[in-house]
Amino acid sequence: MQLEAYLKERKQQKEILLMTHIVLGYPSFDTNREVIKQMVDNGVDCIELQIPFSEPMADGPVILKANQDSISGGTTIKECLEFGAEMVRTYSIPFLYMTYFNIVFKYGEVEFISKAADSGIAGLIIPDLPPEEGDNFAEKARAQNVAPILIYAPTTSDQRMQELDKYGAGFIYCTARKGVTGKQSEFGADFFAYLARCRQATTKPLAVGFGIQSRNDVQEITGKADMAVVGSRTITLVDQEGSDKVGPFIRELLGN
Amino acid sequence: MSKKGYYGRWGGKFIPEVLHQTFEELEKAYQAARNDESFWQEYLELMSTYSCRPTPLTHAENLSKHFGGAQIYIKREDLNHTGAHKANNVMGQGLLVKRMGKTRVIAETGAGQHGVATATMAAKFGFECTIYMGEEDVMRQRPNVFWMEKMGATVVPVQDGSKTLKDAINEAFRDWVSNMDTTHYVFGTACGPSPFPEMVSWFQSIIGGEAAEQIVTQHGSLPKRIYACVGGGSNAMGIFGRFLKEDQTDLVGVEAGGYGLETGKHAARLCGVDASPGVAQGYKTMFLQNDDGQMRHTHSVSAGLDYVGVSPILSDLNDQGLVRFEAATDDEVMEALDLTMKKEGIIPALESAHAFVQAFKEAPTMDTKDAIIINMSGRGDKDIFTIANAFDDPSWKEFIIERGKTYSSS
Repeated sequence: MQLEAYLKERKQQKEILLMTHIVLGYPSFDTNREVIKQMVDNGVDCIELQIPFSEPMADGPVILKANQDSISGGTTIKECLEFGAEMVRTYSIPFLYMTYFNIVFKYGEVEFISKAADSGIAGLIIPDLPPEEGDNFAEKARAQNVAPILIYAPTTSDQRMQELDKYGAGFIYCTARKGVTGKQSEFGADFFAYLARCRQATTKPLAVGFGIQSRNDVQEITGKADMAVVGSRTITLVDQEGSDKVGPFIRELLGN
Repeated sequence: MSKKGYYGRWGGKFIPEVLHQTFEELEKAYQAARNDESFWQEYLELMSTYSCRPTPLTHAENLSKHFGGAQIYIKREDLNHTGAHKANNVMGQGLLVKRMGKTRVIAETGAGQHGVATATMAAKFGFECTIYMGEEDVMRQRPNVFWMEKMGATVVPVQDGSKTLKDAINEAFRDWVSNMDTTHYVFGTACGPSPFPEMVSWFQSIIGGEAAEQIVTQHGSLPKRIYACVGGGSNAMGIFGRFLKEDQTDLVGVEAGGYGLETGKHAARLCGVDASPGVAQGYKTMFLQNDDGQMRHTHSVSAGLDYVGVSPILSDLNDQGLVRFEAATDDEVMEALDLTMKKEGIIPALESAHAFVQAFKEAPTMDTKDAIIINMSGRGDKDIFTIANAFDDPSWKEFIIERGKTYSSS
């Protein structure tokens, strides 16, 4: 599919790809625009746009707070979807939506997928929607050329990895460890054995997220995964030092 | 891949991948326990020796006379160890944790009763214990925090979102996804991802089984109606389950009407018009949410009913018309509580008092030969700060001020 082909092609030219993440409407859509510009200008390969939800169960304190502040600041789903379409029009790299299933369910599964497809969104990451749930969501998304991104965790068995792979498209999101987003991960022998299991189970590109915060972390997974995912760290950076620090941070992560 | 754990169109298991394996194991342990008669025997033995089961069914003669209608019976879950029906679920899950070989338990708590029950179970079985409690609820139910800590539990005040029960649940899940190897999440009500709604209802079914026998012995026939308050819905599921097959018994669930359904400041999911189908906290049910799918702030004088969702099993029973849902306002709750204390010398929890409100509305219209049962899910003395405050009791205030002085001067 499109996203997978794009990533594989891109990977031929780089030793590792980078996906970054923002929470829509946090601290504001204007800041989102500035941050995304810096990300794209400095070589990010794709961007995950998180549509805020009031109960972000899989997220740690940084992203949790960003979700809640965005919502209490008045961010609506309509604004988020308009913003997503605007980013696709503005830049040539792929954008994905990440959100929790209730946002999709309330909007209507079919309607949400169609809206994403019409806007040119490349993929959807819904961490609380296993393929057993929803109304054949993954299949419907694939049919409209929007990649349903499936997630592997260290607790996922080999057999289940293969099963999940059948539903997914684009790439596989491998959570580096148990737990929620935002905490430092240790990349020890267990982690590399897990990544090797992931590689066995799928031919799709492997993205590794949860706790990637530095150039050193990115180097650790280079050669073993295809794409590093950085989330909470950029939010903290923008909070503490402002959006113009994002560009230098991206360059540093990529060793440029 | 199978699609199990649904009750009509509600329920399911909307969990992050990292918990998939944990739920497979839990499901297996739960099914094994259900198929093993000795498990239920062990459970009954524990509940009759460590707790006070069977709990009595009290004929409230004075209240019955006062209203001049149906004979009012009260199922006394307040006389369970730790003072509420919560112990039934917790001790049952405790036995399951032993079987699964885990060494740590975590739980969310709203009113604090589930937290106290879990801390108690952990102390008895020798488990480590962490309780997540919304900061607002910590303020409302401080005495329960004291007891949890005294029994060795760590109590974590949750400062996110609305700082109430739903936020405590999110935080407990965040702990669980990190520590599932050693830790079991003792979910406190008949909500959450499958198999929790069914498993919690199973442990709570001990209430209805006892009540059915007791009412026939004491009154000579099954009750005309049964009233239970509904937060997550576990005490209601506990007493209703046995009677679902009895045509002559109507089942009435009472939700938190807060300041009144018309104000929007309430926690009525099934009897109002403000809730809509949604998926959060791992399951599909009726949620109080806005058009975007963001959860709303709820309000109730009782922390235990102050929750955005409701048991998916109750949503299904509502669809089927097998349970009728009503709401009681904060003011009505205080009145019913006052009357019950004065007439019967019984102090219902603020949560339970919601069921009393609806029973009191309907009892006068019924025949004196008919019986109704109110499920008194817990005792009210834990609510002393809230109740004294709501009554604006002058001598209590004076006591607190004096006691405050002794602490501030020491």
